[in-house]
Amino acid sequence: MRSSRRTGSPPGEPRRIAYLYLLPGFAVYAAFLLYPLLRAVQLSFYDWDGLTLGRWIGFDNYREIISDEGLRSAFGHALILMVFFAVVPVCVGLLLASILNRAKVRGLPFFRTVVFLPQVVAMVVVAVAWRRIYAPDGSLNDLLGALGLDSLQRGWLGDYTLALPAVGFVGTWFETGLVTVLLLAGMGRISGDLYEAARLDGAGPVREFFAVTLPSVRGEIAVASTLTVIAALRTFDLVYVTTGGGPGNSTSVPSYEVYHRAFELGRVGSAAAIGVTLTVVILAISLLINRIGDRDTAS
Amino acid sequence: MSRSTRLTLTAGVLGLITAVAACTPGSDTSAPPPQATASTVQTDAAKLGEVSLLVWDQEVRGGQAAQMEELNKAFQAKYPNIKIKRVSRSFDDLKTTLRLALSGNEPPDVVEANNGRSDMGEFVKANQLVPLDPYAAAYGWDKRYPASVRQYSSYSADGKTFGEGNLYGLPQVGEVVGIYYSKKKLAAAGVQPPASWADFEASLATLKAKGERPLVLGNLEKWPAIHVFGTVQGRTTAADSIKQLAFGRKGASWKTAENVKAAQTLTDWVGKGYFNEGFNGQDYDPAWQGFSKGKGSYLIAGTWLQADLQKAMGDDVGFMVPPGESADAKPLATGGTGLPFAITAKSKHPEAAAAYINFITSQDAMGVLAKTGNLPVADTAAQQVTPGLQQDVFTAFGKTVEADGMVPYLDYATPTMYDTIGAALQDLLAGKATPEQFVDRLEKDYGAFVAKNG
Repeated sequence: MRSSRRTGSPPGEPRRIAYLYLLPGFAVYAAFLLYPLLRAVQLSFYDWDGLTLGRWIGFDNYREIISDEGLRSAFGHALILMVFFAVVPVCVGLLLASILNRAKVRGLPFFRTVVFLPQVVAMVVVAVAWRRIYAPDGSLNDLLGALGLDSLQRGWLGDYTLALPAVGFVGTWFETGLVTVLLLAGMGRISGDLYEAARLDGAGPVREFFAVTLPSVRGEIAVASTLTVIAALRTFDLVYVTTGGGPGNSTSVPSYEVYHRAFELGRVGSAAAIGVTLTVVILAISLLINRIGDRDTAS
Repeated sequence: MSRSTRLTLTAGVLGLITAVAACTPGSDTSAPPPQATASTVQTDAAKLGEVSLLVWDQEVRGGQAAQMEELNKAFQAKYPNIKIKRVSRSFDDLKTTLRLALSGNEPPDVVEANNGRSDMGEFVKANQLVPLDPYAAAYGWDKRYPASVRQYSSYSADGKTFGEGNLYGLPQVGEVVGIYYSKKKLAAAGVQPPASWADFEASLATLKAKGERPLVLGNLEKWPAIHVFGTVQGRTTAADSIKQLAFGRKGASWKTAENVKAAQTLTDWVGKGYFNEGFNGQDYDPAWQGFSKGKGSYLIAGTWLQADLQKAMGDDVGFMVPPGESADAKPLATGGTGLPFAITAKSKHPEAAAAYINFITSQDAMGVLAKTGNLPVADTAAQQVTPGLQQDVFTAFGKTVEADGMVPYLDYATPTMYDTIGAALQDLLAGKATPEQFVDRLEKDYGAFVAKNG
């Protein structure tokens, strides 16, 4: 290390030169992220069909998001999907991970792989497979029939109340693996001393879980929730392939509306407004989750 | 962060925003393309010099791909001076990429553009397609193609009126929605192929009573029910008002007793259990495949399934135009053309493009189309085809076009109608909406559009 450190300034190159190092990265970031983002914000203030001259309409596109019942419900569906994509996987993942971690099962890597497997498959492939499973003559109905539960058989993706949960369940199946593996890694780091101390104090497995395991993996839970919440809010491929927003509009989600408006209806401005709103919502929710996660680890 | 860097950053970001905002989206829109004149069109493609043409089509499946390859090869052999560069992608992929491609500086020369308002109509409005009328006159397309076929690719120059005005594209194939039936199933139930609509409805009841599944529907994709509804509507509503509604022209209404009756018929059919269970959650493809495996007696669908159904069912399957009030009633069916081929305004070789379109829609080309299992849009009756289903289909289409009995797909009406009617039909069939609510919803979409469009 050089000894030419000036007093009152941080080590290394002077600030101005340090920024120079950031420039190449920033240029790429600006060209492929900042510029499209700003452009989208700009487009969201226009009534533009993607072909002819656009017309400035101020906040009308945003007003429509609030006033249009279909769009409001699309955002509502995304929030319901959050439960299936984030809340349920985190709960299930906690349970699975602590069992796997505690039981010291033989062949742990094998189970870890199996649980993680859905993550490896592309979402489109997952969606196509589940679409077959949910079909009126698909394997889910076959299974119900074999169990004698014929009354429960139905065209799952065509059922007004069950289509959204059915789509959501695919998300649960998809995200649980990721969450479990993340939490398992976190639990592996917990010192055995803590468990020993808890046991000496007479704690059972449940008490141990709440007193030792849960607080220790808060950071991992925050990360897992952020990832899965974002996945839930921006779901597109799953809905596009399984239901196309149907039956009626009961499974439409904001990302699907963006695609639909931009490419099918030719309402690029409105699509951009939905996209921008979605970005803001995702940003706000992930900030919130990280706030909670940080505060917990700090305490 | 020091004060000066903060300032620089703010200035930078502001600069970026102004740079972005400086150009209004779409400000590089093109002016109306220069028009060719019929007398100067060079119809001998061999004299056009060395040219290369970029063609975007969606002929990716079996017989469609085969005819395109064969015709392109023949064209290259005949006119080696014109080099065809073919880009072929599925319907959905073409639909989503074409818009961007056309607004670029070097779009393809020839494109297959969907007829509807949200595609061809928008492209016309944005001056991105060339009116083909001079070429039509030079090549005599107006004589080869009946008006009922040309209407599907005609728009006014401002793109507002659909179904009349300039010609913007030429299709290769036709399609019509009719009724496929399983001969064995009908015979087993002691039912004759129906000659009138009343016969058809009676046969549905007979089949149901014998424990058969009368109608097969897979409506997960939302659009299949549009064809079923269109077929029923053709029995209750006059052809002219269907055309007005479906082309999105002023002066018609969804809220009529006839349209309500059509919707009511569908609701009744669902109530009587004529359809398979869970049709709203059933894929289209497995549904017709189920029909071909004997899981139903009738299938209301388009002629595009002919080749597949013939292969799967052989002699067992027949096809008919939806029957009318009596056996000799004028045929009326939902139908249309395949995607028309159009010439882009920025193409540097519109004459070569026209020569290519002429070649792939010529009389010889129609023969190739028929041979590869497609339904040629012109000279249909003149084709030699195998007796059985293919003959049925050719007869049905020829008869319908000849009688001017083709009505357009209902989703052509407005840019949003595809969605509106798709979702509304799912609701109607699921009993979530009454026939009155159903027509109200469609009227709202149609009414708002014609009020704005004029």
